[in-house]
Amino acid sequence: MKNIDLIKLPFSKENPILVQVLGVCSCLAVTAQLKPAVVMSLSVIVVVTLANLIVSLLRNTIPPRIRIIVQLVVVSTLVVLVDQVLKAYVYDVSKQLSVFVGLIITNCIVMGRLEAFAMVQKPWPSVLDGLGNGLGYSVILIALGFVRELFGSGTLWGYPVMEKLGLYEIGYENNGLMIMPPMALILVGLIIWWHRSRNKDLCE
Amino acid sequence: MEYVNIFIKSIFVDNMIFAFFLGMCSYLAVSKTVKTSAGLGIAVTFVLIITVPINFLLNKYFLADGALAWISPSLAEVDLSFLSLIMFIAVIAAIVQMVEMVVEKFSPALYNSLGIFLPLIAVNCAVMSGSLFMQERGYQNIGEATVFALGSGIGWFLAIVAIAAIREKLRYSHIPPALRGVGITFIITGLMGLAFMSFMGFKL
Repeated sequence: MKNIDLIKLPFSKENPILVQVLGVCSCLAVTAQLKPAVVMSLSVIVVVTLANLIVSLLRNTIPPRIRIIVQLVVVSTLVVLVDQVLKAYVYDVSKQLSVFVGLIITNCIVMGRLEAFAMVQKPWPSVLDGLGNGLGYSVILIALGFVRELFGSGTLWGYPVMEKLGLYEIGYENNGLMIMPPMALILVGLIIWWHRSRNKDLCE
Repeated sequence: MEYVNIFIKSIFVDNMIFAFFLGMCSYLAVSKTVKTSAGLGIAVTFVLIITVPINFLLNKYFLADGALAWISPSLAEVDLSFLSLIMFIAVIAAIVQMVEMVVEKFSPALYNSLGIFLPLIAVNCAVMSGSLFMQERGYQNIGEATVFALGSGIGWFLAIVAIAAIREKLRYSHIPPALRGVGITFIITGLMGLAFMSFMGFKL
């Protein structure tokens, strides 16, 4: 597999959320607004890429029996670091994300890529694979955050877009359903429908 | 009375899947038949009931702010809560490993039917969140923490068995090819989540 494919494939054909169905939990919960979605995406990209790098460097020294524990230790350390950085620099978003930053440890994308890729491949391809999957995850997160915040609260990153466009005067109302959790599930279902209609080979 | 309140609340109002989307990966992957879903649901409940009280004690006597005061008064200002993530996941991984060994010894049939999903309970978001929510919500004693764990487990079990039952019936429906499998499951889970929102604000 060529190196550039490692970044291109997880974007669409092997998207972690749409195709591999990994990392769905955090994807749905933090996308009520765009800002937490972006912060979460950046955190996951950092954790997946660095974890892939570290585990790939260590891959020949980890005994098979305890590899899950070693992987968990590496990922937990990275997440604790990311959590502290978030608390220091974007405290309000960190409060919104609350337990979901800690849940990056159990994010299936991180563990899935470690098991499937970093344990058997060299460091540089592992970094690219981590980066690719992180970006594939982020695309979906940002799309969901964008739609849900725009139609649910009429703002984008806190900026009152709908108000500035003057839509409230002609009778437009915010769609309260968009902010609620079930809507995120339905939106992902619709994205999957669109995605698989374009890529027929992914249909079941 | 508080116990009953927490119990009912954690099954219906704060349902791990429909309110918070935790444990979605194994929820989507295992829910093709009711039998395997029931087995996994019971396993997750069991792991929750064991790990949440242990983590409660760990949090109370080691990790919380000022928790070390029982060793000596000079340690009263020590705040080890930044270590919570690593300690919780370590406890969970150890308990899952023990559960796996016990199940293998006493019920080889169940062990074979669950396959890879038994060790995967260690990285199930629902189990980690059980501990994280317990820490965040500050339950007063171990009884409340255990009741919360039991309720969360039963709520997760309810959700996965329900979606498995629906998916079994869906095999006889006309669904567009692009929606089959994962896509329609997301949309149906979203609708079930909407239904569960009718429990919001429930108080005994």
